[in-house]
Parts: sequence; structure tokens; C-alpha cells
Amino acid sequence: MKPSAIALPIIFGIILVGAITGVYAGFRRKMNLEQWTVAGRGFGLILVWLLMAGEVYTTFAFLGASGWAYSRGGPTLYILAYLTLAYVLSFFVLPRIWEMGRRFSLHTQSDFFRQRYDSQLLASAVAVVGVLFIIPYLQLQLTGLGIIVQVASFDGISRSLSITIAFVIVAGFVLSSGIRAVAWVSVLKDSLMLLAAFILGIGVPYHYFGGIGSMYRSLVQTKAAHLTMPGSTAHMGHSWYISTVLLTAIGGFVWPHTFASIFTAKSGDTLRRNAVIMPLYNLTLPLLFFVGFSAILILPGLKNGDMALLLTVRQTFSPWLLGLIGGAGALTAMVPAAILILTAGTLFAKNFFRPLFAPSMSDDSVAKLAKLMVVVITGAAMYFAIYSSTTLVGLLLFAYSGIAQLAPGVALGLYWKRVTMPGVFAGLITGLGTGMILTFTRHDPVAGLNAGFIALCLNVLVTVAASLATAPQPDHFEEQVKSIAAAEAIP
Amino acid sequence: MTKIRVLPFLLASIPFLAICFSVPLWDRVYPLVLGLPFNMFWLIAWIPLTSLCMWGLYRLRMSDATGETSAKKDGSR
Repeated sequence: MKPSAIALPIIFGIILVGAITGVYAGFRRKMNLEQWTVAGRGFGLILVWLLMAGEVYTTFAFLGASGWAYSRGGPTLYILAYLTLAYVLSFFVLPRIWEMGRRFSLHTQSDFFRQRYDSQLLASAVAVVGVLFIIPYLQLQLTGLGIIVQVASFDGISRSLSITIAFVIVAGFVLSSGIRAVAWVSVLKDSLMLLAAFILGIGVPYHYFGGIGSMYRSLVQTKAAHLTMPGSTAHMGHSWYISTVLLTAIGGFVWPHTFASIFTAKSGDTLRRNAVIMPLYNLTLPLLFFVGFSAILILPGLKNGDMALLLTVRQTFSPWLLGLIGGAGALTAMVPAAILILTAGTLFAKNFFRPLFAPSMSDDSVAKLAKLMVVVITGAAMYFAIYSSTTLVGLLLFAYSGIAQLAPGVALGLYWKRVTMPGVFAGLITGLGTGMILTFTRHDPVAGLNAGFIALCLNVLVTVAASLATAPQPDHFEEQVKSIAAAEAIP
Repeated sequence: MTKIRVLPFLLASIPFLAICFSVPLWDRVYPLVLGLPFNMFWLIAWIPLTSLCMWGLYRLRMSDATGETSAKKDGSR
């Protein structure tokens, strides 16, 4: 029997189990807009934890982190640092956002901006920015899922066909279920992902070197410089590390899909307790780094580092284990992809299309349009996935450089009464403009710093300056934020 | 009161100092600790330590909030 005939059916079997779990969880409730997007705001600590973990531990961690450990080395450590620090920031920001959401029945990030700054124009702009930068994040998931199919087929299925299969799987999964379904599939995904991480992180170094310590000892002898910054890169030294960690930790809480999962929480306190325990989930990430570092010695000279983990598995273990790990990887792509697509579809329909083009549209029609957008947005991500060769981590860094530009509007909006709509708008445009110009003229990193970070600094400066130069909007702050801060003080 | 307001931000800044700004101090291979390069070991060690800081923050907030509510009750009496 051909090895691919064992691996592929196992992968598709796991995908099927995930999809059935999703459909079943979705079936039991009538799906209106409130249920489909924020699940009636009834999630407790465990479900929110699963939902947020489902968002963070994606193909990016599974294939991207190990891939960068393989190809870049030391700079990859930024991933461990930013995921940990993002939760520290979330402690101060997310409960306040939740409180706003409950008070004013907000569904999306764009709703938050409309409520806080009383401007449909800004809210629509925020929705467009959200959808635009979700696309590279989604592209990352599809590329990862495509790599899994390609490797498990023992290269019998081509890259572009694999990505097309990934598109069908993901779009089908989202259309058949809402966010509640996603949280339950997260349970399956996280259990499998943990199992896979332990098998690989311990098993691979043990199989070839007799342990993680011996693996590092061999690596230190031959490639010690790879393990510290800038590793095997030219410009990713310490200043790049600091600026990238800050950019991505700040960007971490302004993802539109993070807002969606904040609003599913039962209370602000759920989110605060979440911030205490979430960093611990990061303890599994180093296991994936170990695989990437091992692969340097096992399979040197791969062109595409993102394939290092799976090719190592294929070479080391039997096809059925490749199937199991591929299946776990497939779910780690599907679950976050579903969350991203749900968010982007809702943002487009509810916050961009309806207010600007069809104000009389009913909630049900909005939900239908959101589902149509699922196909369009996933299709766009598929197109980019087939025609781009950026690394998985590179894709996410690009997405962060864009999305983080929403952070000043969110954070200052929650804590500074003097911030104004024109201020936030001017800052956002400055930040996005600077970031994109630097990235597309290939000036990233610039002067040793992450280009997105420089853009964010300019963004903050412009937001503050322009806010001070325009008339204050004190009513909003007094009415909304202050009452929230007061409500927040009582547990 | 100002003391209570400063403390949360101090607690929150500890992880930032330890795993972000201080990178030149710990980004090295040696000494290997538990078989890991020092930078790897340092970052892994700071995952539970960050959780610990967050737990401290949470406790502080809780005692802060209950203190405030009882203060409010006293005021209304």
C-alpha cells in the first residue's frame, strides 16, 4: 500500500470529525446574527479560553514557528515573547472593551469605533482595514493546510491543487457552522495539537540525537550563531526583536476576531482570569521550535522552511503518524481560518455594506451577505496563497504591521478622554501609509527596526497631535468610558 | 491611593523588562541550562513567571475593587 494511501485518509478523517462536531454544535440552536457572531454572550472561562487559544495557536505556530526556527533561527524567539506579553496588555484593555460591548450591544470591532467616536465613516474605514489584513492571515492558514495535503500525498497532489482543496475544506466548514461550533471544534483541535507537539518536540530530538539537550549540543558545535539573534538573517538583531515584540504584542489585542471572541464572554472578569492563565499555553510552543532546530541537522538545505516540520515527520515516523499529525495541523488551520472568515464576512456585511449602501437591510439579509462574503474572502486568500511565496511568519508580520495601526484608536479611546475622531483617522492613515510604503519598497526592517513599529509610533504621534488640535468630544467619554470604568471597579 | 494605582503598572512592566527590553543581556547560547541555550531557557522560564505577575495583578485588582465598594457603602451610610 502506498504510504500516501494511509496518511491522507487519516487526515481527511480527522477533518471530517471536526466538521461533524461543528455542524452538530451549530444545529442545536437557531442561528440569528447575535448567535452566529457572538453566541449570545454566554461563554464562560473555559470556552473563551478555548476560543482565544484557537485563534492564537494556528498554523502559524505549528508550521510557521518551526519553519522560522529552521530557516531564520534566533529571531524566531520573538514569537514566544510577544504571545506572552500580549496577554499582559489584554488584562488592561479587553475587559473594558467587553463592558462597552455589553452596554451598547456591539458585535464587531467596527461597532466599537462607531460607538466611541460617533462616526460611521471611521467605523467603515476600520471595517475595511480589518478585512484587508485578515486576508494575509487567512492566506497563511490556507498555505499551511495546502502544505499538509501536499506533504501527506507524498507530493502526488500539487501545491496549487492542495491549496484549492484547503479552500473547499475551510469555506465548507465555515458555512455549515457559526462561532459556537468553532469553540467546540477547538477542543478537539487543541487536544490533538498538544498530543502532536509533545510527540514531535520530544520524539524527533530523541529519535535522532537521544534527547533535546544532545540535539542542542550538536547544533551548538556546528551552527551556534543560528541560535542567537540575528541568526541566519542579516538585519533581525536586538532592535528588530524589541520593536517587533512591541508591535505584535500591541497588535495582538486589536484583531477584529479578538473583539468577536471578547464579546462572547460572560463577564469582564472571565477575560481577566483568562489573561492570567493564557500565557501558560505558550509552554507548548518551544516543542515546535525544537522540531525546527532538529530539522536543520536532519534535513539541511530545504528551500521552504515551512515544510521542515512535516518533511521531518514524514522521514522519521510511519505514515499513520504523519496522518495524525497532519490532521492535527489541518484543524489548527481550519479553526482559526473559520474565526477569521466569520469575522471578515460580518465586518463587510454589517459595518461596511449595510451602513453605506443598504441602510434598510434586515439582520437576516446581513447574515446572508456575510455568508456570501465567506466565499469571496476565502477565494481572495486562496488566490494570494497560490501566487505568493512569503514565509508563514512573514505573512503574519505583514498582517500585524497593518492591523496594529488600529491600536491607538482602541487604547486611547478607552483611557484618554481628549482623543477625537479626526485624530484617530489622521493617525490611522499615517500609520497605514507609512507601513505599506516601507513594506512594498522593501524597507522592512528599516534602520534595524520593524517597519510596522515605526509606522505605529508615527500613528500615535499624529493621533495625539491631531486630537489636541481638534475640538474635544467630551460627551462620549463621560457617557461611555467613565461609566464603564466605574462599573468595572465592582467585580 | 496613588500607591495602589502605580503598583499594577509596575507589576505589568516586569514581564516587558524581562523578556523584551533586556534582550541584549540574555540573548546568548551559554550557559546551557537543562540542555537548552540560555535565551531559550530564559524565555520559557518567563512564561510561568508572567502568569505569576498576572495573578498578582488580578489579586491586587480584586482587593482594590472590594476595597472601593466597601468605601462606597461607607460613604452612602
